[in-house]
Amino acid sequence: MTQGDAATDPSMTDHMRDGQMVTADGTPLKASLKRAERRRKIIALLFVAPLLVFLMISFIIPIGQMMFRSVDNPQITSTLPRTLEAMEAWDGQGLPDEPVYAALAADLTIAQENRTVGQLAVRLNYEISAARGALTRTARQVSNMEAPYKEKFLDAHRLWGNPEIFQIIKREGRPLTASYYVSALDRTYDADGNIVLQNENRRIYVDLYIRTLLMSLGITFLTLLLGFPISFLMSSLPMRYANLLMIFVLLPFWTSLLVRTTAWIVLLQQQGVINELLVWAGFISSDNRLGMIHNMTGTIIAMTHILLPFMVLPLYSVMKTIPPSYVRAARSLGANPWVAFWRVYVPQTLPGIGAGAVLVFIISIGYYITPALVGGQSGQMISNLIAYHMQTSLNWGLAAALGTILLVGVLVLYWVYNKLVGADIKLG
Amino acid sequence: MDNGNPSEAFVAFERVQKSYDGEELVVKDLNLAIGKGEFLTMLGPSGSGKTTCLMMLAGFETATYGDILLDGNAINNIPPHKRGIGMVFQNYALFPHMTIGENLAFPLEVRGMGKSEREEKVKRALAMVQMESFAGRRPAQLSGGQQQRVALARALVFEPELVLMDEPLGALDKNLRERMQYEIKHLHDQLGITVVYVTHDQTEALTMSDRIAVFDDGRIQQLAPPADLYERPENAFVAQFIGENNKLMGKVDSVDGESAMVRLDDGSLVKSLRVCVNEPGEETTLSLRPERVLVADDGKDYDNTFEAVVEELIYLGDHIRSRVNVCGNRDFIMKVPNSSDHHSMAVGQKVRVGWSMQDCRALDAS
Ligand SMILES: Nc1ncnc2c1ncn2[C@@H]1O[C@H](COP(=O)(O)OP(=O)(O)O)[C@@H](O)[C@H]1O
Ligand SMILES: [Mg+2]
Repeated sequence: MTQGDAATDPSMTDHMRDGQMVTADGTPLKASLKRAERRRKIIALLFVAPLLVFLMISFIIPIGQMMFRSVDNPQITSTLPRTLEAMEAWDGQGLPDEPVYAALAADLTIAQENRTVGQLAVRLNYEISAARGALTRTARQVSNMEAPYKEKFLDAHRLWGNPEIFQIIKREGRPLTASYYVSALDRTYDADGNIVLQNENRRIYVDLYIRTLLMSLGITFLTLLLGFPISFLMSSLPMRYANLLMIFVLLPFWTSLLVRTTAWIVLLQQQGVINELLVWAGFISSDNRLGMIHNMTGTIIAMTHILLPFMVLPLYSVMKTIPPSYVRAARSLGANPWVAFWRVYVPQTLPGIGAGAVLVFIISIGYYITPALVGGQSGQMISNLIAYHMQTSLNWGLAAALGTILLVGVLVLYWVYNKLVGADIKLG
Repeated sequence: MDNGNPSEAFVAFERVQKSYDGEELVVKDLNLAIGKGEFLTMLGPSGSGKTTCLMMLAGFETATYGDILLDGNAINNIPPHKRGIGMVFQNYALFPHMTIGENLAFPLEVRGMGKSEREEKVKRALAMVQMESFAGRRPAQLSGGQQQRVALARALVFEPELVLMDEPLGALDKNLRERMQYEIKHLHDQLGITVVYVTHDQTEALTMSDRIAVFDDGRIQQLAPPADLYERPENAFVAQFIGENNKLMGKVDSVDGESAMVRLDDGSLVKSLRVCVNEPGEETTLSLRPERVLVADDGKDYDNTFEAVVEELIYLGDHIRSRVNVCGNRDFIMKVPNSSDHHSMAVGQKVRVGWSMQDCRALDAS
């Protein structure tokens, strides 16, 4: 290459090699850019690493464990391996034959020694209610039994004469189970192993899910109804007054939940302030005092109060950014105050309404403490039942299944919400 | 001050005062009559009360005292949406959740106009500002200049007779602003509407207006056509605010008919046009446009000639901007035309400068 060539096209020699852009020291531009980018990414990652680790330990792993617990089913496979093997020859009709009972006796002997009968008994008791008694009693006697075992078992407890227990052992003798979800959805297995609805008097959860959903929607609607005007007022007042109002709105945040709830009890109970006032004023007679607490009304009133700030804060912050010139423009174009408000102002508050509604709805759908304190029987929500299974009945599998359904439900609702309004809000 | 005849005016402010806080008057005794078809600009520094006046006219603020008349009727108690006044806002205020077409259809819709008629008018209004092809877009998808055009079209689409504009071009860059000035002016001529326009940009005001009301401190300082405002400012504020101005402070020595002799602080005596002064002894400000100061070596007879020392020269092509020291005033600017027969000046050189009595206006003291 002559000097003349280089002079006419310096870029060829300075920045290009093999048709690639290169930097001054000859490394390809892309590679060098990537290296610079990678450094930045690593630094950014280091910044969020502590939070990530914290979330991992305190949130993601427990949630994952909880969800796994809803299908985890180790008790039967680990304590009754021989029985399960022997039952492979069984056709599922009528009682199994002697080999199955013999295997069961062997398994129970070991289980009794290892003290694992208890968990097996609890697990089987979820499926059929006599199981706990049958297993504990039989396991105590099993070391004294001799062949043929079938008769001894039938003597030991009537459950061993019921084919259902063997059908259950066969069905649930797998490491993963669907049975918690089956019960969480008010279903059960029939004699042929099909999933069918529970007896009417034993259906609880689906109704409770629906009630929780409706109550959450109602509470969301009420907070919007109460929160919109106050946010609007605050956004149009001078800072001084707006701050004062904001304190009133935030007051519930600053008082203890228990204090607030007690205050509601004082106000709303049968001998409470409101009832006394109404009776005194003659609106109701003393025998017809209103039941406003320890029922659904109580839950709704208290939760609306507690969740109001979650609606007001996003609404207020959105309204604050809407310049008055939009409504003015609408008015100057001939819209009366109502039309200007409804057609021009409200649509611009939609991001705030959306954010507030999602926040309130999601918090209330999983709310536990207020319904527990003031909800009575009719004001219970699904979380209260989850807590019951966690703390009282100790059926963690069922609690986990109920919780997972709730979580999935919320995610689905959020997805639907995003589909419906998300695109529009992002545009605005 | 000739503020027009209120009884014939299309828009009239009569003794209007406005206070927001009950302590301070933001608008003090405003009297203004605007004729039908006129393009009137309210020009003034920020905070002088221009927007407040416009808002009172539009109905978004109430006058604390006085009457505002539209076509001879007091409109103080008519709500904004019944005034039928078009308005263009500084930030355009296009509804972000509606398309351009919907924005323009809005005023027609609220008037209960049928769909086909509405579409027809929207199309015509968009064509007027060369935005036909944008009807389906959202405001956020338009550039500032395009939004400005749409805002203009929206304020005009329902055919108001009066259109108010509050610094509508304030957010645009210089080139676009100049183009839009002409477009607005053309629309005004074409449609025969009355426009009340607010700006703090004097060039904009001078370019577009039939008359300009110069605002300061809640008062109209002067109301006049652009040329008058520049050539015949009636007080020191207007002289200083509009165009470039030389300011000489002094005391009236004697008064004679339309002229006044003014003694400057350094003792020199200037023959000037009597505008705001009445008797000897009064403090006054002399106002003199830089292009009216000439180099006095052509043997012509000037009312005033003085010795000046050239302090600084800036070559600007068509003229040379010279800062000279005259009568003890070192910030005195003159524009020397760049003509072939002219002496070239040099810094430190002494020159004789002169100006006529008519060009040197003796105004109030401030
Ligand atoms: N809504 C308001 N409340 C209180 N004071 C205001 C309000 N709007 C304007 N002002 C005051 O009135 C004065 C004039 O304002 P404005 O009319 O906006 O002036 P301009 O439009 O000429 O800049 C300013 O001092 C401003 O601070
Ligand atoms: Mg203003």
